[in-house]
Amino acid sequence: MSETDEKMIVDGKRLDGRLPNQLRPIKMEVKIINRANGSALVNFGGTYAIASVHGPRALFPRWMQESDTGILRCRYNMAPFSVEDRKSPGPDRRSVEISKVARLAMEPAIFLEDFPKATIDVFIEVLQADGSTRVTGINAASLALADAGVPMKDLVTACSVGKINGTLIVDLNGKEDNNSEADMAVAMLPTKKKITLLQMDGVVSKEELMTLVNLAEKSCEKIYELQKQALKEKYKRI
Amino acid sequence: MEKYALELIEKGKRIDERKFEEIRPLTIKKGMIEKAEGSASVKLGETEVIVGVKLNVGEPYPDAKDEGVLIVNAEFTPLASPDFESGPPGEDAVELARVVDRGLRESKCIELKKLCIVPGEKVWIAFVDIHIINHQGNLLDAAALASLAALLNAKIPKLDGENVLRKEFEGQLPVVFKPINITVGKVGEKFLVDPSFEEESILSSKLSVCVRDDENICALQKQGNGELNIEDIEKMVDIAILKSKEIRKLVE
Amino acid sequence: MTEMKEVVLPGEFIAERKGRKVGRGAYFEGEKVFAAVLGIPRVDENEISVISLSGVYAPSIGDKIVGIIQAVEISGWTVDVNSPYLAFLPLSEGVGEFVDTQRTDISRFYDVNDVISCKISKVTKNKTVQVSMRSIGSRKLYGGITIKVTPTKIPRIIGKGGSMISLIKEKTGCEITAGQNGIVWIRGERKDKAIEAIMTIERESHTIGLTEKIEKMLSEVV
Repeated sequence: MSETDEKMIVDGKRLDGRLPNQLRPIKMEVKIINRANGSALVNFGGTYAIASVHGPRALFPRWMQESDTGILRCRYNMAPFSVEDRKSPGPDRRSVEISKVARLAMEPAIFLEDFPKATIDVFIEVLQADGSTRVTGINAASLALADAGVPMKDLVTACSVGKINGTLIVDLNGKEDNNSEADMAVAMLPTKKKITLLQMDGVVSKEELMTLVNLAEKSCEKIYELQKQALKEKYKRI
Repeated sequence: MEKYALELIEKGKRIDERKFEEIRPLTIKKGMIEKAEGSASVKLGETEVIVGVKLNVGEPYPDAKDEGVLIVNAEFTPLASPDFESGPPGEDAVELARVVDRGLRESKCIELKKLCIVPGEKVWIAFVDIHIINHQGNLLDAAALASLAALLNAKIPKLDGENVLRKEFEGQLPVVFKPINITVGKVGEKFLVDPSFEEESILSSKLSVCVRDDENICALQKQGNGELNIEDIEKMVDIAILKSKEIRKLVE
Repeated sequence: MTEMKEVVLPGEFIAERKGRKVGRGAYFEGEKVFAAVLGIPRVDENEISVISLSGVYAPSIGDKIVGIIQAVEISGWTVDVNSPYLAFLPLSEGVGEFVDTQRTDISRFYDVNDVISCKISKVTKNKTVQVSMRSIGSRKLYGGITIKVTPTKIPRIIGKGGSMISLIKEKTGCEITAGQNGIVWIRGERKDKAIEAIMTIERESHTIGLTEKIEKMLSEVV
């Protein structure tokens, strides 16, 4: 991610026609994989992520078990065909790090102590990448957890924000991701207003940083409404 | 030990009697690995990290044809802690390397354009290899500091046609900023700097902030499975900015 | 037109506690009670809870369940109760008479894949689960087949005062035992009709007008 001389904002609009604080078209669908305890598909514009949850289930090997609490395991993976230059299958360093931060973003929401010795396994697959893949994945994973009936204190909602051509924007697409002065991923517990994931790289002043965090919070509120709808929708259709 | 540490913190004290905004005794040494083009070791309390910088000639990235390349890797060798296992880097080692990398890269502390030899064909690749020697907490700050010190210590070897003359040098690696990484931990409602190993297991969250000389923030990474309020984030960033100034003076 | 009961999601506020018990599927922070699962809230004068629309079975003492023998151990049997936790049926809880374990192969009492109707007698904090055949109604279930459904749908499958399950039994002539853990045992010639009815209830448990639909479905001549 580096700055660019290219104009990414023309007449106050982004290259794809959006306003700085406008999200891309978002679709969310729950319960799409019947062999999983819970599942969901989310897309933000051209970024598609599917998540599925297996569990709570017995955890083996035994030495991995925690006698007084369950554990959460998360695997974030990008499909080889998800990006322009085919990505070799299997975990790379970026996927390993994202798997970790995604897990830590969702752990605070789950009542793991209700399932000692068990594990809840979350799998996130990015089917097509056009920026903000980890937050799209986390939004899907949170829906999948709710769909699976995993007891949680809140959903987890995530979004990306950043700075491009000096302007602060929301929901970066692939091109913006690569050409921004800064980009930030935020995940939070929407009704408790607590942040569970925060990553930023770029160059921002402290004031810009706080503005970005607040901008992310506002966008998460909108995304949460969509998550709510997707879950309630599933049980309306008969 | 952890329970005791928690009790103390609630009373406003830390196990090793430090103040909440105090870091452990810090020692930085440079240049002790002669075979590396740059090297440094950092001792932060009992946490010890050694970083070596090696420069090789290679191809640039296709989207940055006139820039040198920076590659950061971290090894959590089993000798440093009973919790580390042999084998390829686990998620913690990968995360640490990537966070240190982002701090160095986004701050633009190395003038990568000056590492270009033949645009599109040959550039210097700077390998920053982080080796954890002893894990007594706050590996990230120690590793980031050692990496910066090693880069400041690094010299570019002379090139004779295709050969790299490792014992002769052309000059220092062009480092123009000193980004400093400060990790702030949250326990209950309190914030502390430079968590020790015992403190790390009782922290609910940590925020690692990479601050550049001009007080801009170049990288942020929340760690741990706790929750943070927006107000917490602001406080932690403020603490990091303040602390970074103090540490920066110790790395010349 | 099928109506829907209002579904709540994790984190949504349900009611003020007012001294009531906070049951399954809900949690409280101070005086406020929130949903912990996606489901239908249940609020009355004594308890606030949420019936989950999905989820695995979490064993609870007193639950009447259907289990499947997984292994024969020395002093008892391990039992699959459709949960992340295996249960144990101790010899003393499974057999009324004295058994000399040195001389007897206890698989003659219960063998692998046998189906039993029993009760959860113990659940420790670390979720070690024990079942017992000593309670009334516990017995081995011979023949037939078992299916697994979402445990939280079992009350709907049984119906108020057993009305739904009686309806299915009557109309299909099958013997059916529905365990609170989501394992349902069925025996009879028209068990496929019974299974179809049960799966329909599982899918549409949250809708109103389900009973009529099931009645209609079962009355159709095959």
